[in-house]
Amino acid sequence: MKFVIQVNEGPYQHQTADSAYQFTRAALARGHEVLRVFFYHDGVNNGTRLTSPPQDDRDIVGRWSALAAEHGLDLVICVAAAYRRGILDESEMKRLGKDAHNLAPGFRISGLGQLIEGVVLADRLVVFGD
Amino acid sequence: MKIKKCLYVNRRAPYGTSYALEAIDMVLIGSVFDQDISLLFIDDGLFQLKKGQDTADVEIKNHSPAYRAFEMYDVEKIYVSKEAMAARGLKRADLLVDVEQLSDNRIKELMDEHDVIFSF
Repeated sequence: MKFVIQVNEGPYQHQTADSAYQFTRAALARGHEVLRVFFYHDGVNNGTRLTSPPQDDRDIVGRWSALAAEHGLDLVICVAAAYRRGILDESEMKRLGKDAHNLAPGFRISGLGQLIEGVVLADRLVVFGD
Repeated sequence: MKIKKCLYVNRRAPYGTSYALEAIDMVLIGSVFDQDISLLFIDDGLFQLKKGQDTADVEIKNHSPAYRAFEMYDVEKIYVSKEAMAARGLKRADLLVDVEQLSDNRIKELMDEHDVIFSF
């Protein structure tokens, strides 16, 4: 089955971010296709590489990056939600005149059209978040 | 591109969270993709459509004029929950746009009839 995953909450406060990752990993392990993971609303905060959890806690951002590297996952951060919350890649840092960028490896910033295109191509949209 | 029946479900009050505004953005962007779009307002989401919204005191943009523009984007199927309307003392004349009122039983069928549900 072809899935698109939508993540609506940031890391650590809600289990949403964990569940989305675990579902995605399980779907891939079962041989399903995950066309795209779309991070929306506060979910865009899963894409900052500056998170620094304590050593005995899980690395939510890092494990998304690792999963993307292993499976060629397409991790897309919603552009409008990201800019509002300070998630920037290097080119947008320059364009917006900011002094830092923080997008984690394996993620890219793009528009809502990526979510819509994804669900048109997928068999199922699975949404994590209330 | 394949055309899917997309239902945007609006469940929350217009302010207090960003979901109502995000839904407007997504509907307008989604309309560009030539999908078959319907909107459904249930629970406190009904207040998104209420006339006379004034957000000056909370210093948040009043996004309600956007609902009147939906027609220009060929977004014309707007449904509301009859039960939710009654529970909130709302009548069709209180709303910014023309809506079709559906019973909650009919809403279950409406959801089944759609390929994709975007929930806000």
